[in-house]
Amino acid sequence: MSQPEVSFDTEPGRYRHLRLEFDGEIARIVLRVDESGGLVPGYELKLNSYDLGVDIELYDAVQRLRFEHPEVRAVVVTGGLEKVFCAGANIRMLAQSEHSWKVNFCKFTNETRNGIEDATAHSGQTYLAAVNGTAAGGGYELALACDQIILIDDGSSAVSLPEVPLLAVLPGTGGLTRVVDKRGVRKDLADVFATRSEGVRGRTAVEWRLVDETAPRSRFAETVRQRAAEAAARSTRPAGAEGIALPALQRSQTGDTIVYSTVRADLDRANGLVEITVYGPRHDIPESPERIHELGADFWPLAMTRELDDLILRLRTNELELGTWVLRTEGDIDRVLAFERVLAEYGRTDWLVNEIRHYFKRTLKRLDVTSRSLIALIEPGGCFAGPLLELALACDRQYMLDGLLQEDEPTRTALAADDEERDPARIALAVDDGQRDRARSALASGDGEREPARIVLTASNFGSLPMGNGLSRLASRFHGDPDHVAKLHLEAGRRIDAAEALEKGLVTFAPDDLDWEDEIRIALEERASLSPDALTAMEANLRFAGPETMETKIFARLTAWQNWIFNRPNAAGPEGALRLYGTGRRAAFDRRRV
Amino acid sequence: MSIDYTERIPNNVDLSGDRRLQRALESWQPRFLRWWGEMGPTLPTQDVYLRTAIDVGREGWAHFGHVALPEYRWGIFLAERDPDRRIAFGQNMGRPVWQQVPGEYRAELQRLIVVQGDTEPASVEQQRRLGLSAPSLYDLRNLFQVNVEEGRHLWAMVYLLHAYFGRTGRDEADALLLRNSGSEDSPRILGAFNEETPDWLSFYMFTYFTDRDGKYQLGTLKESAFDPLSRTCEFMLKEEAHHMFVGTTGVDRVVERTAQLMREHNTDDIGRFGGIPLDVIQKYVNFHYSVSLDLFGGETSTNVANYFTAGLKGRWQEERRGDDHLLTEAVATVQHVENGRIANLRLPALTALNADLRGEYIADCGTGITRWNRILTGHGIDAALHLPHIGFNRQVGAFAGHHVTPDGRILDRVAWEAGRDRWLPTPDDKTHVLSLMRPVYEPGKIAAWVAPPRNGINNRPLDYEYVHF
Repeated sequence: MSQPEVSFDTEPGRYRHLRLEFDGEIARIVLRVDESGGLVPGYELKLNSYDLGVDIELYDAVQRLRFEHPEVRAVVVTGGLEKVFCAGANIRMLAQSEHSWKVNFCKFTNETRNGIEDATAHSGQTYLAAVNGTAAGGGYELALACDQIILIDDGSSAVSLPEVPLLAVLPGTGGLTRVVDKRGVRKDLADVFATRSEGVRGRTAVEWRLVDETAPRSRFAETVRQRAAEAAARSTRPAGAEGIALPALQRSQTGDTIVYSTVRADLDRANGLVEITVYGPRHDIPESPERIHELGADFWPLAMTRELDDLILRLRTNELELGTWVLRTEGDIDRVLAFERVLAEYGRTDWLVNEIRHYFKRTLKRLDVTSRSLIALIEPGGCFAGPLLELALACDRQYMLDGLLQEDEPTRTALAADDEERDPARIALAVDDGQRDRARSALASGDGEREPARIVLTASNFGSLPMGNGLSRLASRFHGDPDHVAKLHLEAGRRIDAAEALEKGLVTFAPDDLDWEDEIRIALEERASLSPDALTAMEANLRFAGPETMETKIFARLTAWQNWIFNRPNAAGPEGALRLYGTGRRAAFDRRRV
Repeated sequence: MSIDYTERIPNNVDLSGDRRLQRALESWQPRFLRWWGEMGPTLPTQDVYLRTAIDVGREGWAHFGHVALPEYRWGIFLAERDPDRRIAFGQNMGRPVWQQVPGEYRAELQRLIVVQGDTEPASVEQQRRLGLSAPSLYDLRNLFQVNVEEGRHLWAMVYLLHAYFGRTGRDEADALLLRNSGSEDSPRILGAFNEETPDWLSFYMFTYFTDRDGKYQLGTLKESAFDPLSRTCEFMLKEEAHHMFVGTTGVDRVVERTAQLMREHNTDDIGRFGGIPLDVIQKYVNFHYSVSLDLFGGETSTNVANYFTAGLKGRWQEERRGDDHLLTEAVATVQHVENGRIANLRLPALTALNADLRGEYIADCGTGITRWNRILTGHGIDAALHLPHIGFNRQVGAFAGHHVTPDGRILDRVAWEAGRDRWLPTPDDKTHVLSLMRPVYEPGKIAAWVAPPRNGINNRPLDYEYVHF
């Protein structure tokens, strides 16, 4: 089955599968999946089972609650069907999907579940699962992402992880990890639970720590309300805050170019890569938090993060063969730093500023778990400073041009000029301002010439944007040398040129103008010639030096095993359990343990 | 430092218009000259009558004149580009050749060029003391001609590394000057290039047998899909032909003189009359031939198979061959030792390409033997020279570890060692040859162990002052 082009654009008015309800400081996400609303033909989304389309709505809802509804302090997730909470990922969808689709789907759903936990931990929006009926597989995993789980005690509703006994796959959306790591279920009981297809009900579910409490039908709604109110009372959210709107992204795609207001991607299919440019801030530095709220989604850090997030998701899902992403920035370093100062100044007191930081943090994490080779090109006119430097540090390699390209000026500008002829209106938006910025920085330098590339370390690089392993990218990069990170701290705020960046280990290579072009071309071609599978696996293994966390376990241990199983005949072969589920035929297993 | 590139480094690669390349060579040039000063010829000379390539055309590539050695203009020349050239073999067959290094093959191409480049300065290092014992000014001049051209071949490889391989290419170019022949810590890559060339018989043998290996290696690279490498090697082959000439005629003249002395004194034992006995010549042939065979590597090589499939390195005269140029189904036969006997082994042709190239080389080597035997016959001498068996004295490949005689019998180790002195130069042989190596620097004069050449260089007479001191 050929894969449809997936868009992540949606908003509550367009939801088909869930409903957002508001009651003061408590919101409810009510899951009522439209059976005939699958993203791809070939399956029905029965019993609140979900596919990528459902999860796109869920992601949108979680994001909007954080930005558009600061008044919400607790979020109740519940099922909108009688006696059904959620039956998990749709099995026929999984059975008919290509491997790559399953992997991308699982990654995205995992990120959304992590985002739910992030909201609980950092946004003062505590998620509660009101399990009003069967919560099976991914349904229970959704509940597991919530801070509390309240299970209806009706003598029949159970929570279960039936993947192993029924489908011969894993509860791969964090299920196994969260059961033992988050909820502290004993491993032997977890073993019983994860192999018992009918799951666990009532009192036993509480005793095994699979849920926090149960409530009979008659008192279920009241109990949930009460728990939500208690959670809301603990929230640190300010009173009387007003949300900002997240309007649809302005994105235009012409041919192989995707342009947003602050992000641009040039798809190079011949070479199997995407050139991504993130543009620095163009509008004035807001002088007050009020001004930030007024700008809302246009505020550069938020606009840039939303656009980058969307681009990552689209490329990841729709452009499987573009295996290398080349990341550049363009803009004025001083302005990036000025914006960072504003964010730092109001980060503790302003909910929106806080949200933006966490959103950027999550977007960087998305990059960390992206199965593409990431190469940062740090060139004159770029603005890899502070938060934007994290983009480079998230990459597998960093190339920084030492000095200027002698014949310079042309390359990027010429590219832009070409594009402009094709589509003046749209490109002008992004590119002209980049050029304006360059001109501005050239003016500032006094001699009218372009300055060599510089990077700047700031507080953003030392812990405020941690990776999934809990470390800053620098701490993870220099895992073997913590003293070095301490020394780098002393360099914060200073412009660092290529030679010094190389010497300090902040970049991989610093070719001069003699080598730059060849070095980059050859590196990219060489990369493109290697096995995509081996690269994905290698990168995933190298990117997360340091300790394990629940998050890294989910993306590494759980996901890697799940992806292995997805490729094994016992699940995905013609006689495999996943493929035969619902046919009445029994799977034939290859009995050899591997 | 500003250099007039066209003048200082004759080239047809638009050096004066290529700022990147200029800067790369600017730092490399002084290092090369320092290397030449330290590792080049030890005999001080004022100038030498040399051929300098200043262009690739018929007129330009053989430009003669007296030149002080360090001022030799090492140029960079690629054969003319054929704009329609297409890849002649392997999985990319039929596609246009590459003008840039594809990143996919960067590592392999760089390795091929580095290994080739490493041999070029190596022979200069191996031959650096030979000038002190040259049998004539004519020979001395030929030695220096070979030396400067090996230097130019180094330039050719360095050019490729600088122009196409970025920073790692430059590092590799530097390393070509850091490794030294015979050095304990950083030897040359291939074993044969770490042996000093101690005397002029060895020099003639080296230029005949070992430089001939170079010719065949260059021939395979000339087929490369990487067009700049192909064109570079094509031009180098022209110069390599002169090195072959020095070897062929050098051995000619030794055989000639030996035959004269044998007739004159009516004995094989001409050592005491200041000549090199025929059996010593045979032992030198045995040694240099067998060591050169080792340079082709093992009979089977998956690396070379990969190079072929990718289009990096073809076969000798690839385009003249009548097969499918893919070799995915083809089978080749190579010899090896099986149960104490030499037997044929059938292998996929792709993995036996080293043996294929070596076969071409062996046939070529045979022509020299025929030629030298004709000289002997001309003097009415029945004894003949011959190439030893392919398995004789081998350290690499299917015969390594076996004890094969020059006529192809397999012995045990003890029996073979007992015969060694009959087959390979003994310390006494070497001492004798060395004892003959006294310099003759007077124009027109020649040492007594070697016959004079038939012609001078560039139609100059034999008594021309080819070298000024």
